[in-house]
Amino acid sequence: MIDVLTEPLQYGFMQRALLGGILVGTICAIIGTYVVLRGLAFIGDALAHAAFPGVVIAYMLKANIYLGAAIFTVATALGIGFVSRRARTSYDTTIGILFAGAFALGILLMSTIQGYTADLFSFLFGNILGVSTADLVVAGVLASLVLAAVALCYKELLLLSFDPTVAEAMGYPVQGLNYLLLSLVALTVVISIQAVGIVLVVALLVTPSATAYLLTERFLRMMALGVLVSILAIFLGLYMSFYLNVASGAAIVLVSTCLFFATLGFRRLAGRPTPPL
Amino acid sequence: MNEPSAVSHHPSGKTPWHYCLEVRDLAAGYGEKPAIDGITFAIRPGQMVGVIGPNGAGKTTLFKAILGLIPILRGQILLHDADAHTQQAMMGYLPQLDDIQRTFPVSVTDVVMMGRYPRIGWSRWPRNEDRTSVRQALDRVDLLDHRDTQVGRLSGGQLQRALLARVLAQDPHLLLLDEPVSGVDPATQHSIFGVLEELRNDGKTVVVATHDLNCVAERFDQVLCLSTSLVAYGPPAEVFREDILEATYGSHLMIVKVGDRRVVVADEHRTRPKG
Repeated sequence: MIDVLTEPLQYGFMQRALLGGILVGTICAIIGTYVVLRGLAFIGDALAHAAFPGVVIAYMLKANIYLGAAIFTVATALGIGFVSRRARTSYDTTIGILFAGAFALGILLMSTIQGYTADLFSFLFGNILGVSTADLVVAGVLASLVLAAVALCYKELLLLSFDPTVAEAMGYPVQGLNYLLLSLVALTVVISIQAVGIVLVVALLVTPSATAYLLTERFLRMMALGVLVSILAIFLGLYMSFYLNVASGAAIVLVSTCLFFATLGFRRLAGRPTPPL
Repeated sequence: MNEPSAVSHHPSGKTPWHYCLEVRDLAAGYGEKPAIDGITFAIRPGQMVGVIGPNGAGKTTLFKAILGLIPILRGQILLHDADAHTQQAMMGYLPQLDDIQRTFPVSVTDVVMMGRYPRIGWSRWPRNEDRTSVRQALDRVDLLDHRDTQVGRLSGGQLQRALLARVLAQDPHLLLLDEPVSGVDPATQHSIFGVLEELRNDGKTVVVATHDLNCVAERFDQVLCLSTSLVAYGPPAEVFREDILEATYGSHLMIVKVGDRRVVVADEHRTRPKG
């Protein structure tokens, strides 16, 4: 029985995938807490798509894929507010314009590449089983940056999320904190693309944190439970992928979707009160 | 104008602050047409000031301009003789209840602790003195029993008191409270005004936007009548005159004569959605 769990671990690619999974799951659930509570899911999805041209350009130049993705997502995150103010369009509209345009640029560039482009498809749909040691190192560095920023600005980001008006009235640089948060979402997306792919990143950003939201009424506990749910989904998805030979990114996302609905159902059965209002 | 009831002193102990808050020829708002215009007044330390006027008169706009939340088109705002917007932590703000996200996963204690954040400082965690201050603030508004309750599970009156406790924990010199008693039960109203009077007696300056004219007449030192511009500013005995109230409220005000008594009815309660 225990062989079922240990057998895959003798393969280096599974060890790296599990390690990468813990990394991605942790960061996604921590940033996902802010994404869920502040309603940033659409932005998260958009930032993931905006990474694609960065990935393609880095691929063409044989440069680091993470670096290319990071430049494009962070630039988009910071550009949303700027374009929105200039054009007087709503955030929603601006995000729609930017992410569709960026994604189209990625597709266009990809279509100019002669020959083999299968590697690029793995960035669209994710391939955590293909994570290299170098990928792990880069993802680890980016993840530490995100974690350090959250730890240093924990109070300020909490106040910003709960009551931005009072945060501003107290003299906090609310605009700057908003950009910081969007940049953290952007970096989180970059770290996660390899695992679940551009198309499905948003699921790891919101589903585990939303599941945790069903289970607690405290911010820090929501983060912690989100991390557990997220890592659980990644492990189950990985083993499913290993034994059933199905796409790893899709398996991980489907498991976390199931965990969300199972939690919702369990709450109803247990007669737990729904969240207030 | 009356002699100040209390004069607070500069930390040096020498120069007394003549005014806690001084607003000079203020115009503020988004766009080209200001939402409030031509506002000039000064509040001495240790006074309780009621801001009255119909909906849309600019009460919230005035508060937000003082706090630096909306663009100032003209004029000056001074806190203790210096630009108010360089010392925002000295101003405590209680927003209207509708602005609060009740589904947010934070407890009453978490919310009150937020008042301590400017004092704790960036990248630091709450210390014992902060926890003590939070407990004292909760005790003062009688919410110690609910300290672990998630904010959405509080009644309107309890939530209002929790937000007041956040302002108390912040310990500002100037408090700006936007309709702290609107939509709450009479017991809560009474206890909130009780706390505000204690603060005033401690030398704090308390500015309250309210529709409760009776309460302003009985308990407040000064009244500020607002209708886009400043209509009048002074003690209730001088300001509560038929012509001034009519100029402030226009058609929103009814004056009913009952025998030789006159009853003033502002129709705000009918137009305001309950929170």
